[in-house]
Amino acid sequence: MTSQHESAPALPEKHYLSGAWSPQDWLLTKDHKRIGILYLVGISIFFALGGLMAVLIRMELATPSGDLMPADVYNRVFTMHGVLMVFFFLIPSIPAVLGNFLLPIMIGAKDLAFPKINLLSWYIYMIGGAMTFYGLLVGGIDTGWTFYTPLSSGYATGPVLTVAVGVFIAGFSSILTGLNFIVTIHRMRAPGLTWFRLPLFVWGHYATSIIQILGTPVVAITILLVGAERLFHIGVFDPKIGGDPILFQHLFWFYSHPAVYIMILPSMGVVSEIIAAFSRKKVFGYKFVAFASIGIAVLGFLVWGHHMFTSGQSLYAGAVFSFITMLVAVPSAIKVFNWTATLYKGAIAWDTPLLYALGFIGLFTIGGLTGVMLGTLGFDLHVHDTYFVVAHFHYVMVGGAILGFLGGLHYWWPKITGKLYNEFWSKISAGIIFIGFNLTFFPQFILGYLGMPRRYHSYPEEFQVLNILSSAGASILGIGFVIPVIYLLASLANKRYAGNNPWGAVGLEWQIPSPPPTENFETPPVVTDEPYTYPQPDEKEAPVGV
Amino acid sequence: MSVHVAPLKTYIYVFLALMFFTVLTVGVAFVNFAHHAPKGIGNVLNDAVAMSIALTKAVLVVAFFMHVKGSTKITPVVIWGTLIFMVILFVFTGADYLTRPMTTFVPVMSQ
Repeated sequence: MTSQHESAPALPEKHYLSGAWSPQDWLLTKDHKRIGILYLVGISIFFALGGLMAVLIRMELATPSGDLMPADVYNRVFTMHGVLMVFFFLIPSIPAVLGNFLLPIMIGAKDLAFPKINLLSWYIYMIGGAMTFYGLLVGGIDTGWTFYTPLSSGYATGPVLTVAVGVFIAGFSSILTGLNFIVTIHRMRAPGLTWFRLPLFVWGHYATSIIQILGTPVVAITILLVGAERLFHIGVFDPKIGGDPILFQHLFWFYSHPAVYIMILPSMGVVSEIIAAFSRKKVFGYKFVAFASIGIAVLGFLVWGHHMFTSGQSLYAGAVFSFITMLVAVPSAIKVFNWTATLYKGAIAWDTPLLYALGFIGLFTIGGLTGVMLGTLGFDLHVHDTYFVVAHFHYVMVGGAILGFLGGLHYWWPKITGKLYNEFWSKISAGIIFIGFNLTFFPQFILGYLGMPRRYHSYPEEFQVLNILSSAGASILGIGFVIPVIYLLASLANKRYAGNNPWGAVGLEWQIPSPPPTENFETPPVVTDEPYTYPQPDEKEAPVGV
Repeated sequence: MSVHVAPLKTYIYVFLALMFFTVLTVGVAFVNFAHHAPKGIGNVLNDAVAMSIALTKAVLVVAFFMHVKGSTKITPVVIWGTLIFMVILFVFTGADYLTRPMTTFVPVMSQ
């Protein structure tokens, strides 16, 4: 941290955390920052639960025989892992926590456009999460997180409807958050903050919101139809009663493929902010990076059929989906190349957020390139439903989304709490997470390529070495996730105050006190500069842009 | 943002139009267009007529009762954007259905 020793920072007298702390003050708050903290608590609980399921999965797979749990319990464990992680952690993680906290500040606003709807979205999320957790408590479901029909609509046992309704409800939280962000970005930008002066974090969230609003209703209706078929036996997806199971896959992936971009686009926004701040440079090709976010959001809606190459979908449709999938790689690659170009000849500061951002770039690139492989018809037929696919989407979701989230959390933690965390341990844990992650998931590429199918609790003995490597990596990864919890919580108790701008970064959020006051800005800011105007070697100070 | 409010007369006319189209929907339900169309497209014609009336009613509701007509430029952009994505969903899914082999596959046991 660059300027922590320059003066003796202190907490401001009044800030959003210094107000009343009764349960009522938190649970009825309309302050976007407090709602962001509420979301942080919520997603942490579901991440811990989903993580517990992952521990059970890797313990079971440490030996070839299914000796820890029977097959049907294993099915329930990996299903609940997927449902909790995807719908209740990954999708809301960055938008609902960091986006909620930072987006209004970054555009110079006092709050989001609809503060009450923002609070409502948290309640909806928690109700959906509670229903799903209840489903877990009463036995869990074994449909896989994809709820494929006719298994989910006619044959699966357990509280399928309860969990499906939980996911359905949580979807509305996502829609409301997206709606709030779009209206806020359109209507509440500070004077002078034109579209091309917006931080790329905001562009990333704008693109994400488009997907949330357009895609989520489709999956909500689809889940509702599954429930209707289960309850009333109307023939929508079950061929026995006149339905078509492939229709379910079309509707499900129309949302769930773009949902990957709900996870990754905000993460890309975080990485853009971090790369600029820690290389002290403007983001190379700012407009290309901004439009790449929109490009990914739009193209992401045109490729869902690549999840269905082996489903019985038309070969011609598959070929078209395969071709369009290649196109998504273009805007994604633009971002990776432009981040790399931004780092080139930058004044690099090797602080923890940058370590996470660099980890993101490497892991997302592997995830993205293996995605191109899977988008190719012939190769996908070979590795479909194997551990190759499992490794691929974990490289995108964990390597991409979670590393982005952790990078963002470390970057803005001093702003959110006003406190500095232990830099030594934060770097150590970033390293542990990177090593643990690769040890967990890289062997799974090999396992999948060799033919080990996913979703089985036992496997042939020749796969054991690679599975043990994976389970060992998961243990390391687990330790890597626990360490930040300890030092971040410990930082709340210390007196190492961050000051307004510990990283010497530009952007409106760094011009206000840490933690920010309830209304964010004492006087409405006026933006006069381009984004990321970091001082170059011949300049002395960063223009503040306010 | 100023909200454009149309005169009461407009809403009454739109309401009457919606009632007319409702009666028309019921009326055409008793007519089998298959008798008046070339073989093979009769049922399609029945659906097309019913959907056209429904679409007209939807446009009236969106334009007048939801105040899209006379609103800021961004509102129609949102509406058209949503419709385009819905068309994408239908067209791509339909493309699969139209080009999928529908014959029943009977596996042949190897000797």
